[in-house]
Amino acid sequence: MAFDNLAARLQETMRKLRGKGRLSEKDVDESLREVRLALLEADVNFKVVKDFIKRVKERAVGEEVLSSLTPGQQVIKIVHEELTALMGGTQAKLQLSSKPPTVIMMVGLQGAGKTTTAAKLARLLKSQGHRPLMVAADIYRPAAIKQLMVLGEQIEVPVFSMGQQNPVDIAKAAVNHGITHSNDVIIIDTAGRLHVDDALMEELVQIREAVSPHEILLVVDSMTGQDAVNVAEAFNARLELGGIVLTKLDGDARGGAALSVKAVTGKPIKFAGVSEKMDGLEPFYPDRMASRILGMGDVLSLIEKATAAVDQEKAKQLAHKLKEDEFTLEDFLDQLQQLKKMGPLDQILGMLPGMGAVKQLKNLDVDENHLKRIEAIINSMTVQERRNPQIIGGSRRKRIAQGSGTRVQDVNRLLKQFEQTRMLMKQLTGSEKGRRRSKGMFSLFR
Amino acid sequence: MFWKNIFKKKDTAPTESLEQSTVDEPQAKEEAETSQSLFQRLKMGLSKTRKGFVDRMEQLVSGRKVDEELFEELEELLIQADCGVPTAMELVDRLRERAKGERITEGDEIKRLLRQEITAMLESHAQSLKESTASPYVIMVVGVNGAGKTTTIGKLAYRFKQEGAKVLLAAGDTFRAAAIDQLKAWADRVGVAFISHQEGADPAAVAYDAVNAARARGSDVLILDTAGRLQTKTNLMAELGKVHRVVQRELGRDVDEILLVVDATTGQNALSQGRMFSEAVPITGIVLTKLDGTAKGGIVLALGNELNLPVKLIGVGEKYTDLRDFNAAEFAKALFD
Repeated sequence: MAFDNLAARLQETMRKLRGKGRLSEKDVDESLREVRLALLEADVNFKVVKDFIKRVKERAVGEEVLSSLTPGQQVIKIVHEELTALMGGTQAKLQLSSKPPTVIMMVGLQGAGKTTTAAKLARLLKSQGHRPLMVAADIYRPAAIKQLMVLGEQIEVPVFSMGQQNPVDIAKAAVNHGITHSNDVIIIDTAGRLHVDDALMEELVQIREAVSPHEILLVVDSMTGQDAVNVAEAFNARLELGGIVLTKLDGDARGGAALSVKAVTGKPIKFAGVSEKMDGLEPFYPDRMASRILGMGDVLSLIEKATAAVDQEKAKQLAHKLKEDEFTLEDFLDQLQQLKKMGPLDQILGMLPGMGAVKQLKNLDVDENHLKRIEAIINSMTVQERRNPQIIGGSRRKRIAQGSGTRVQDVNRLLKQFEQTRMLMKQLTGSEKGRRRSKGMFSLFR
Repeated sequence: MFWKNIFKKKDTAPTESLEQSTVDEPQAKEEAETSQSLFQRLKMGLSKTRKGFVDRMEQLVSGRKVDEELFEELEELLIQADCGVPTAMELVDRLRERAKGERITEGDEIKRLLRQEITAMLESHAQSLKESTASPYVIMVVGVNGAGKTTTIGKLAYRFKQEGAKVLLAAGDTFRAAAIDQLKAWADRVGVAFISHQEGADPAAVAYDAVNAARARGSDVLILDTAGRLQTKTNLMAELGKVHRVVQRELGRDVDEILLVVDATTGQNALSQGRMFSEAVPITGIVLTKLDGTAKGGIVLALGNELNLPVKLIGVGEKYTDLRDFNAAEFAKALFD
């Protein structure tokens, strides 16, 4: 993506400003042009971008540049804060009625992901101790009812259906059914429809009037372009939405639609769909979304992934080994495997800020294979060899290469890299020892 | 085989073929009878697009002198139609150049120029479905989740059936719940043959069986559905590559059409879709769906301009007959007239 490196470009624009104490209007204008492009590339609606830029400008002009930041970073910081604020600042929770059952209506365009989201939501609520009931009210799309039934079976949540009858009647009957079967949350999956389809929009209004839902969720595909505002506006005007669910965020869409939709409806984004699996529904984090829209990477997610994947006990052991200079190829393999547990390498690197800008990293699939090869090589060594690589002579190298399906050169490279890494670590950790020793020696002279 | 006419009819009005409807279903018949000319239909489907775009266009240009501000506003207008920044800039740059070269000073004239430029850009990528006498004629349909693959297949099947072709639909989406049933429902409705495995089966195995079944049954057209997948899922894209290889191997030649279905409401991510799906399988064209909403469909311009991917078909409504050949001139005309 051309603007992945917004941060880098801003840095470039602002380089000449380094050392300035305050941002002038001209400085801000120049950098905001880049921000504007980044937002447009992320599919944020044009008008929303315009308003947004205006507001950021007002705030940024005359702002003091913090000593620790360059002017470019300062602008990004303001933009990021404003974006986060615009998307709701903090997480918004699902509106649950104090008098059950809570009725939730899922609405949206065709193909946005309503049915899948309904099931994910039901699963989430079930795991929180609720007793959800799903209602198949999409009588138009072939096999939509069956789809909900199958999903219901998968997550073990009951599904109410009345075949191809009037959706308003289905909704009414479903609520009664839910009350008699002590379901405390009723999720109605409605058919996908165009916001300009008057007849079908009217049907939604009728369902709303019939069952007065506590929460109407608009499901929006994160890949939606400029049209997101029209869709959200139309649905909100007709139905008075309670919130928004942003789907398919596991792709590479920047998801500027999130900003557009929030801006025109004022309604919070409550959930994000992040995988095809049934547990792939997460609370929506405005600050992370801001980073994503700006192409700034998602450091928070990365940290979370890292803490989830890294075994704390092992980390402690490793630190100890590094200190004692006992770092072996076994540990190296261990580390590689932990890194792999964090997910595909390109995804992880994508979360790092500014990574999009690094050209060498564009073809990351190669690196992934490289890791696999390293793993194969180490796996082809005996335990002894892993613990004491010095013993690996010519014939052992040949055997390892054959065993791992690589060439002797690859084995050589790995051993060399490992030796370098070890030296580096020795220097890093050794410096502490060294300092202590020099202190000790120093004390001799005292 | 007279269904091959479908390829030739495009030069005339494709709606003619619809009037020769042979399907007995009352709904389909009614649709065929009430269907207007392609142009009218497209215009109707695009009316919202048209209205928004043209109204603002009129407001923007009429009675104004050509200046830098006007160009910038035109650029904004194009970006709002999802054309993407690079393509919008390119178009406006061309306008700027032409305005200067042809000494144009009136805003209204600029409108004519923009229409010309857009038509030219669209035309350079316009293509219809590949003509082929090979049998079975094989179409693979791919795309992200919810783009409208299955519906497009249903409409395509109807279209080929209308031409008298023996159509076989293969349920290659073995992942999503009830996706097989959805395609089966379409097959029953349109009245064409259908082949499937169980949910969770290997899609490549479905493809293998589909090609052989098409041969054995003497099908003229085989349309293979695939599961929706986000283009960033490396494994799923590799799976798609495998399905394609299997079809190609069993067929002993290239697949006739590999169509990428793109939702017209999609923004700049469509470029990433085009790019990454092309890496997995040789995409031969785009089907742009859901053009009957308010989405501008400007992504068509970006897909052609930046990725050289021709748009072959457009979906302009929910009826069987609402799948049309993409025609650059008519598309641009419907957008501006």
